[in-house]
Parts: sequence; structure tokens; C-alpha cells
Amino acid sequence: METKNKIRVLIAKPGLDGHDKGAKIVALALRDAGMEVIYSGLHQTLDQIIQTAIQEAVDVIGLSIMSGAHLPISEKLISMMKEKGIDDIRLTVGGVIPHQDIPGLKKMGVAKVFPGGTSFDDIISGMNSLFE
Amino acid sequence: MLKTKDILSGNKLAGARLIRFIEDNDPCAFKLLKELYPYSGNAFIIGITGPPGAGKSTLIDGLILEFRKYGKKVAVIAVDPTSPVSGGAILGDRLRMQRHAADDGVFIRSMASRGQAGGLSRATKDTALVFDAMGYDIIIIETVGAGQAEFEIAGLAHSIGVVSIPGTGDGIQAIKAGILETCDIFIVNKCDRPDADAKVLSLKMMLGMRKPDKTGWTPRIVKTIAPDGTGVKELADTFLSHFEFMEQNSSINEKRKELELLYFQSLLKDLTLEKILLFIKESKDFKAAAGKIKSRRMDPLTAAEKIVNKICVF
Repeated sequence: METKNKIRVLIAKPGLDGHDKGAKIVALALRDAGMEVIYSGLHQTLDQIIQTAIQEAVDVIGLSIMSGAHLPISEKLISMMKEKGIDDIRLTVGGVIPHQDIPGLKKMGVAKVFPGGTSFDDIISGMNSLFE
Repeated sequence: MLKTKDILSGNKLAGARLIRFIEDNDPCAFKLLKELYPYSGNAFIIGITGPPGAGKSTLIDGLILEFRKYGKKVAVIAVDPTSPVSGGAILGDRLRMQRHAADDGVFIRSMASRGQAGGLSRATKDTALVFDAMGYDIIIIETVGAGQAEFEIAGLAHSIGVVSIPGTGDGIQAIKAGILETCDIFIVNKCDRPDADAKVLSLKMMLGMRKPDKTGWTPRIVKTIAPDGTGVKELADTFLSHFEFMEQNSSINEKRKELELLYFQSLLKDLTLEKILLFIKESKDFKAAAGKIKSRRMDPLTAAEKIVNKICVF
């Protein structure tokens, strides 16, 4: 049975925005690429996201953010990940992300940014490249 | 580096990482499980099964709430199917239970079935052992949405609840062989729908025809409406009273012993198979036979028989 090195991803939507179609479609694309995707639903607090990532022993947290609050949310989450000793988990951010914010996100430690319009192939190869 | 003492002290990060090693079939998991084993054997393990969409996850969400009111620590293993096409999976059960994510006394772990028949695997049993050793009082195992052929859950849990919904199946469905034979608590969910009473009646008739269980337990039927919590407290209490019943007449000890023997057998099967297959696949005979089969000089049946007979000299 081939079970090794399967990538486990948590797809989470922090905060108040209520659109998760994008998150679900990405979850499906990752499933089709052979990953195990934990989908935790809408309106997650950062504490819930951290606890879920711990309990599910994921390799990647993928945040879907459309509210415009991607900079403070990512910064807070990264500091919480460090505090809990799970900063070996990679953080990726997707959604409505203006291109000028990408360098800032990368600088604070976001491993990959997938702004709206990124193709599935690019998301999948981006995810896989984190583990090569 | 994972340490047994961290897991025993209930450290979630350590426990979760061990479970990951179990899933990935990493050899270090085996060693740690051996060290944890003496500390297990205290938890009450509940199995919840039923068809997809019957409301298993939502019911478990409610059960967690009720068990927490009694001060019990609760762990959940939620199994969802692995795609036979890509090998990937969407694990969406915990979505219904997310309000408990940040509760210290709750540990929810999603698991992909990874191609095991029946949707439960040795990994599930190993994971239950980890939760048991971590000090969780109640472990709930949610199977993939199946039901009839889901016997495996009977080899993992002390008490089994089968979720059904009104408007499905007649009296014949209720007396067919399968999980219904080993079920301890029948849950009729979505009882706000028409035909709920008819469903309960057909289950009652089936139970009336059934021989008593060897522990002396009479299976119960509980009506629920999971999203608003109707009947969920009664369901939680019914599981606890089943546990008390088994403790009082000591049948729980028999059940535990039985499950340990099943675990031993499944380990034997897995380990033997792994070792022998590896040995065979590296042998000259295997390569020779594969070549002959490809060129149709030997049939696969004869080839398999020959190799096995050569190894198994007893």
C-alpha cells in the first residue's frame, strides 16, 4: 500500500467573509492531485485554525481570504504558529490578494501566495514544490 | 523527536504527529505504540456508522457537547473515503464539529480510508490506542458512509450506533444480514420528516425477531433531529448506560479481550503479508515468473501457486 508522503492540507477561511466556493473548488483540485484535504469551513477564528492544524497534523495551511485583511491575519497566524511550535507547517494564502501585497506576505513567512486567477496547475505545482 | 511521556501527558501536538506516523506507516510509530500500549484499555469506544448524508457528523457534534457536560474528555476519529482515482481525499466531517476545535478536552482527527475495505483500517485501531493512552474517556469512531457491510467497526468499538433516516428501507432491509445484527443503538435521525414512526416501527419489529445479544443488552432505538439537538442528550445517555451495563455485568472485559485478539490477528496478517510479499518480490523466482506470464509461457494461477508452495514448506 502506497501511503507515504501524501500531502495533508488544511483549507480554512478565517474571519467574516462568507464566500467559500473558491476554497471548495481549490480543495477539490488538490484532492484530484492526490492530496488529503481537511476542509474546516467558514468563519474560523485563528485559534480554531491553529488547533485544527495541530490535531490534523497537516503539512500546509491554505488560507482563503477575500476580506482584504490578508496582511494582519497572516502576520497574527504566523506568530501564533511560532508560539505553538508548529512553524514547520507551511502557510499559503489565496483569494483576493493585490499583487503589491505579495512581497510583504512572503517577507513575513508566507510560503506561497495564490491570488485570484492563479490556475489549478500553478497551485498544485506550487504546493508540491514546497516538499521537493 | 517524539517522546512517549509527551503523548501520555496529553500533549496534542505530540499525539497528532504520532497519528501521522501511523497513517504514513512509518516504522517509528510501531515502537511508540508498543510503549503506549500498557497505558491503554480505559477508554469507552463508540462506533457510529450509517449511509452518507444520514447525519453522522452532526450527531457526533451534539454527542461531544453532551459528553463534555459530564466532564468527559472526547476524541473523534472521522473517516472519509480516499479517491480511488487520485488517491486524494476531502475530509469534511470535522466541518460539522468545528465549534469544539479549540476545546482542550476534545481532539478531532480526520482520516482518509486510503483504500482499505470497509473504510476502516489498522490505522484507526492504532489511533484509538493513542487517544486511549492520552487519557480520553470516550473515543468516537465515525465510519465512511456505508452501513451494511461495515462489520469492521464491530472489531473496534465497544458500542455501535447505526444511523438511519425515515423513508428508507422496508421491513426486509431491516432483517438483512449486516451491521444491523451487531448494532447496540439504533438512531433514527431527521425525525422531523414524514415516515419517522414507520421507520421506528420496522426497526422495532426487527428487534422483536432478533435473538438476544450474548451480553444481555437489549438494543435501543433513539429518535433524533441532529441540527437542533433533539434527542441527542438521550442518545448520549443511552451510550453511557450501555457502557454502565457492560461494566456491571463485566461483559466489557470480555469485549475488550475479544477486541485485543482481533487486533493481534490483524497485526499478524499485515506483518506477515508485508514481510512475505517483500521477500517474494525480491526473489529470482518472482522475476522469472513475471517474465513468463508476460510472454504467456505460464498462466498467473500456476505461477502464484508455485511460488507460494515453494516458500510455505509446512
